[in-house]
Amino acid sequence: MNYRLNYLEELEAEAVFVLRETFAQFQNPCILFSGGKDSIVVTHLAAKAFAPGPIPFTLLHIDTGHNFPETIQFRDELVERLNVRLVVGKVEDSIKDHTVQEELGPNANRNRAQSITLLESMESNGFDAAIGGGRRDEEKARAKERFFSHRDAFGQWDPKNQGPEIWHLYNGRKNQGEQFRIFPISNWTELDVWEYMLKENIALPSLYFTHDRPCVRRKESILAQSAYLIPHESDKLVDLNIRFRTIGDMTISGAMESTASTVAEIIAELKEMNQSERGNRADDFRSESSMEDRKKEGYF
Amino acid sequence: MAQTKDILRFTTAGSVDDGKSTLIGRLLYDCKQIPQDQIDTVQRISERKGLTDIDLSLFTDGLKDERAQGITIDVAYRYFTTENRKFIIADTPGHLQYTRNMVTGASTANAAIILIDARKGVVEQTRRHSFIASLLQIQHLIVCVNKMDLVNYSKEAFEQIVSSFQDFSAKLAIVDVQFIPISALQGDNVVHRSEKIDWYQGATLLHTLENLSVANEINLIDFRFPVQHPVRVDQGSVQDYRAYAGRIESGIVRVGDEVIVLPGNQGSKIKSIMGMNGPQEEAFAPQSISLELTDELDISRGNILVKPNNQPEEVRQLSAMICLMSSQAYIPGRKYILRYTTNEVKALIKSILYVYDMESLKRDEEQTALQTNDIARVSLQLAGPIYIDEYCKNKATGSFILIDEQSNQTLAVGMIS
Repeated sequence: MNYRLNYLEELEAEAVFVLRETFAQFQNPCILFSGGKDSIVVTHLAAKAFAPGPIPFTLLHIDTGHNFPETIQFRDELVERLNVRLVVGKVEDSIKDHTVQEELGPNANRNRAQSITLLESMESNGFDAAIGGGRRDEEKARAKERFFSHRDAFGQWDPKNQGPEIWHLYNGRKNQGEQFRIFPISNWTELDVWEYMLKENIALPSLYFTHDRPCVRRKESILAQSAYLIPHESDKLVDLNIRFRTIGDMTISGAMESTASTVAEIIAELKEMNQSERGNRADDFRSESSMEDRKKEGYF
Repeated sequence: MAQTKDILRFTTAGSVDDGKSTLIGRLLYDCKQIPQDQIDTVQRISERKGLTDIDLSLFTDGLKDERAQGITIDVAYRYFTTENRKFIIADTPGHLQYTRNMVTGASTANAAIILIDARKGVVEQTRRHSFIASLLQIQHLIVCVNKMDLVNYSKEAFEQIVSSFQDFSAKLAIVDVQFIPISALQGDNVVHRSEKIDWYQGATLLHTLENLSVANEINLIDFRFPVQHPVRVDQGSVQDYRAYAGRIESGIVRVGDEVIVLPGNQGSKIKSIMGMNGPQEEAFAPQSISLELTDELDISRGNILVKPNNQPEEVRQLSAMICLMSSQAYIPGRKYILRYTTNEVKALIKSILYVYDMESLKRDEEQTALQTNDIARVSLQLAGPIYIDEYCKNKATGSFILIDEQSNQTLAVGMIS
């Protein structure tokens, strides 16, 4: 026998260790489930970490109200199959309660609002840790994230004052009201996620694969046509063969033209293509440091 | 191929002046790991700054404050991959006050890149980085003599630096040291072989990184299994399953093996091993598994499973090298929580034997206070027994952190020796 783990096995062993530490060190952790591939991988890893028992975490979905129907269908099927508890925090409710002010103008979206709904949902459900699919390779502000990332009583991240994280001794101690964000797949890249999907044969929403869809071309971006999208004068309506590289709020998830219909084809395409994963996320375009600013406010 | 592709973790320490950010940028850029849209962005910024060439250092600059100050203030992680290896870079700042970040970056690294400016030679910072790498037991040191273009690619300049580095590194506990003359700015010997440094016959930096052997770095001899949490399943098709979840920190275990549980010395046998893809006959470090025993024992988080004929040492006091990580002050006489594997015990620093002067790397036996970024040898008194190995034999069971119970911050990290 060869006593060596390959890179996917090592990443898996590391992520499972982190998930079990989360279970052991916190009272009531949840998994932030968006229906995107990263949160699907985290949920898959949690199922493996606690097998043959059930996943001991609640899934928390922060719902901007602008969902792809495919995501919701996938989510509900997964919840049923894994027999796991689901809690949905709705941005609509925060708007009704006036804790969130809906953005105005042609580029309004509910991305920043999500942070507030997330914090409210964590508080009302008593979650003291939220496990996310954030990866350090995604964005420069994430490159400095810890596996166990502290948030103060207002949910804020203080990037200049992070505790040290050394070897794999994770310190999840905190004061009353504070919380942690946990990132078990910190060390995975986008390609690692897809290679793992292939190896594990993980089910994904159909949105990730090529399909024909009415879209809106807006500058460099392709967005799904929907009732939620605020029309711009320069928008061009087109029917395209597209797939989504990241899935989130329908009004900001950019699509790409693609014919990839399997995970293997997606991997081949990613290797060919030379664009950032978040390169077509309208939310990251607002400024050079928009991710960092949102994270300081409590974004995942 | 994916089947044997493994991971190499390395750390780079150095300040902006050494060209560290440029080197990492060069490595990623020449390995074609930077997406075109990011190249475009950096190109735009470079032009705005009035530069003719693309400023490679911009690829690795992270947080807003850092961009404003032009320094790296925290450990940042970068990734790139080749056909047979995935690389994880812990990019750490090199300023004196950031010793703690260097320690963090070095803790998980298989290799350390030490950057030396060819014009300046071995400086205090070089010694400090090498010292920390040696303290953290990094096996491989790759000394990159950078900015060779600014010394006309001179062989003599390179050899002089190699020789003065060797004079000092002879005293360090590092197994493997390699020297490479490079120019990160021009791309010489980083990914592509330099035509201007024709007197150098050795490998490029990338080739060196791709071929470092890390197979022997996992201890497969001494079985150590710290329990993360007990597992109890009794529902559906699974009847009365009791197991212990954890990660094998070192060694190998097979079904049928005799084990004992520490503390308590209760003995049992392995009934089953649940791995990531169902039951398996044997498991090895660093796999995450669950172990089922043939006997019903009282085992909880923090207990450690070992083999009867190969046990760690039980101690109630220990001597260790610690590094002060928190900006909070160490309060003499205060009891801290010592967290070790998955276990915690209260601890008191009884005495400070010496503190390293990080500029001269000499021991100062007079110093009685500990400050942020200090590296010191201390003796600790523990409230209960823990089961340890020396750090040089087993990183996982030879390391710990000290947590301040009032602030919950990690005050210090330690290595047992």
